[in-house]
Amino acid sequence: MTNHRVNRRSLLLTGAAAAASLATRVSPSLAADTVTVGVVEPLTGNAAAAGQAAKAALELAVDIINNPHPELGNLTLAAMAGLPNLGGAKLKLIFADHQGNPSLAQQLALRLITQDHVNALFGAYQSSCSFTATAVAERHGIPFMVGESAAANITGRGFKWVFRGTPIASDYARTYMRFVADMKKRGVKIDSIALVNENTDYGTSVADTVQEAAKKENVPVALRIPYSASTTDVSAQVLQLKEKNPDLVIFISYTADSILYIKTLRNLNYLPPMVLGDDSGFSDPSFIPAIADIGQGLMNRSAWAIGKPGSTTYKINEMYKAKTGRDLDDTSGRDMQSFFALADALNRAGSTDPEKIRVALTKTDLKPDQLMMGYEGVRFDQTGQNVLASTYLIQLKGKTYELVWPDNAATAKLDWPMKGWKQ
Amino acid sequence: MLLAQVIVGGLLLGAIYALFSAGLTLIWGMMNFINFAHGEFVMLGMYFALLTVLWVHGGPAVFTLAAALLLFLAGVVVYFALVRHVLRGPMLAQILSTFGLALLLRYTAFWIFSANVVSLPQTSLSGVVNLGGIFMPLPHLVAGLAAAALTLALHVLLTRTSIGSRLLAVAEDRRAAMLMGIRPDRMQAIAWGLAAGSAGLAGALMATAYPWSPSVGETFVLTAFVVVTLGGFGSVLGAMLAGLIIGIIQALSAFYLGAIYKDVVVYALFVALLWFRPQGLMGKA
Repeated sequence: MTNHRVNRRSLLLTGAAAAASLATRVSPSLAADTVTVGVVEPLTGNAAAAGQAAKAALELAVDIINNPHPELGNLTLAAMAGLPNLGGAKLKLIFADHQGNPSLAQQLALRLITQDHVNALFGAYQSSCSFTATAVAERHGIPFMVGESAAANITGRGFKWVFRGTPIASDYARTYMRFVADMKKRGVKIDSIALVNENTDYGTSVADTVQEAAKKENVPVALRIPYSASTTDVSAQVLQLKEKNPDLVIFISYTADSILYIKTLRNLNYLPPMVLGDDSGFSDPSFIPAIADIGQGLMNRSAWAIGKPGSTTYKINEMYKAKTGRDLDDTSGRDMQSFFALADALNRAGSTDPEKIRVALTKTDLKPDQLMMGYEGVRFDQTGQNVLASTYLIQLKGKTYELVWPDNAATAKLDWPMKGWKQ
Repeated sequence: MLLAQVIVGGLLLGAIYALFSAGLTLIWGMMNFINFAHGEFVMLGMYFALLTVLWVHGGPAVFTLAAALLLFLAGVVVYFALVRHVLRGPMLAQILSTFGLALLLRYTAFWIFSANVVSLPQTSLSGVVNLGGIFMPLPHLVAGLAAAALTLALHVLLTRTSIGSRLLAVAEDRRAAMLMGIRPDRMQAIAWGLAAGSAGLAGALMATAYPWSPSVGETFVLTAFVVVTLGGFGSVLGAMLAGLIIGIIQALSAFYLGAIYKDVVVYALFVALLWFRPQGLMGKA
């Protein structure tokens, strides 16, 4: 972690640099030559895999912004080096590891603001951690971009300094209900659904929102099972599902528990007609290798699609693959997209003044061709939520997810029911 | 039928707990020493099993033995490099030393293996046994049998063999044991080796059933402490019994009350039992 403490040597150096620039007039403006963004993510702990994937994705985004990448077409800030309106200033990230602990996330946000003097904050994966960290940013008047956390209550607290690029629970809930309605129209029997959610902010709020949407659409929720993600055994939960036998089970789960659920479905020989994961665990890089042979046909949501060879998204994925050895996942993709939106605002602000950055964020208007995700754009409402975010549904076929819904974007046919381990 | 499945599931889970806790109770019984790094020993066992499968392509017999053997060595090394020295220090140093070791091992594992969740590739242990409509995952079944075998073996070793007598003699009175010609260092190193080795064996077996990451130790170790306390400090048979009881209570309460209430039920009963029987089920007062 870098500490920007002023000591005698750095003061002398800065002084010398300032004198030099005055004397030779090379510097075009007094703009900062680096803009720092503090990033709070779970780099260790239960969600460390997701945190590390996000870290790699953000580093890639910074590489794309700081260096010229004309091959990436209209993607925000890709073509030129650095932030043009800030005299080509480079972005720098300072990472802090909150380990999935909300109170630690809060302390780290404070430290990044008061000691590292970051220009903006970014994070924080777990909704519970985003919830606490954003409150610190609000109090100190530093813009906070929430990359991927989905809980509804993060925005909508009357905060001025908090923005969120990702689609949120209500977007997802609407998508799921449209999907259920569409399936029924095709003659698929969906008499009831079940919700299985991990019991922190993320799982609870998403499940609440889906349950509400289901009620509105008259889709019976046969069963709702909250559980703790650090659990070591989920047999009882699976037996509860088996007893009620719903036609669609929606899992709002993190990584290890998602894998454990699919394995336990197999162990107890209970295959629901369809399993739908709410991203997170189902998008974790370790999920598919662990369950590919027993979870064929399960579904997941994603706003990220790798696309055809030669496309911008394909190239981004190749860069990510070269860096990490893995394909980019939806969660990290949403992170990158939110980060590009933040960088776009930093550039348009043309200054590191927090208020100017905030105003620039409120005026964000990114078009689909400037994005790497399948949103309809990025535009923030007065709560700071991106109102143009949306998502696709994908299905596991072999060892990859294929985009299967909605029809107009689909690249593969949707199979119902899922095959699971029955080949 | 559903009830039978719930109870069987609880017993199998309990067997995993018992297996996990055996090594912890051994160190506790032998040396009055709390090993906070026990969960990390199990975690290392899981990774050693994975590496054995990936590099040597060994079957279950190979990777369980490899993990047990490597952890036995690790236990001996830990004894000579760390435990032997802090035994002379105050109680607090003893407690914090293994706590530090736990963090060291956990974050070294993060460094080497990354934070990604990994699973053991499909092995011959991956199946499910269907006994008249009651399903038993093979890894859990084998873990249960192994826990029972290990418990029995440790019990026999401690009560029926000369090495066990010498181990107990050192535990009872180090100085008197030395006067009888027993070398305490060697005995205690063996105790650490056995404890770590059983943790390694537990890890290798658990790796067949659970996805894990370097922080897996945390998830299990709290339950392990409860199992050991409930079973009675240092009683290997007690830990077995306590593991099974906790497994069944968790399964029943998760099924009938809901998954989020299972720990409330378990720990409430645990506290209640300690109220009446502080020495645990099979401990000596």
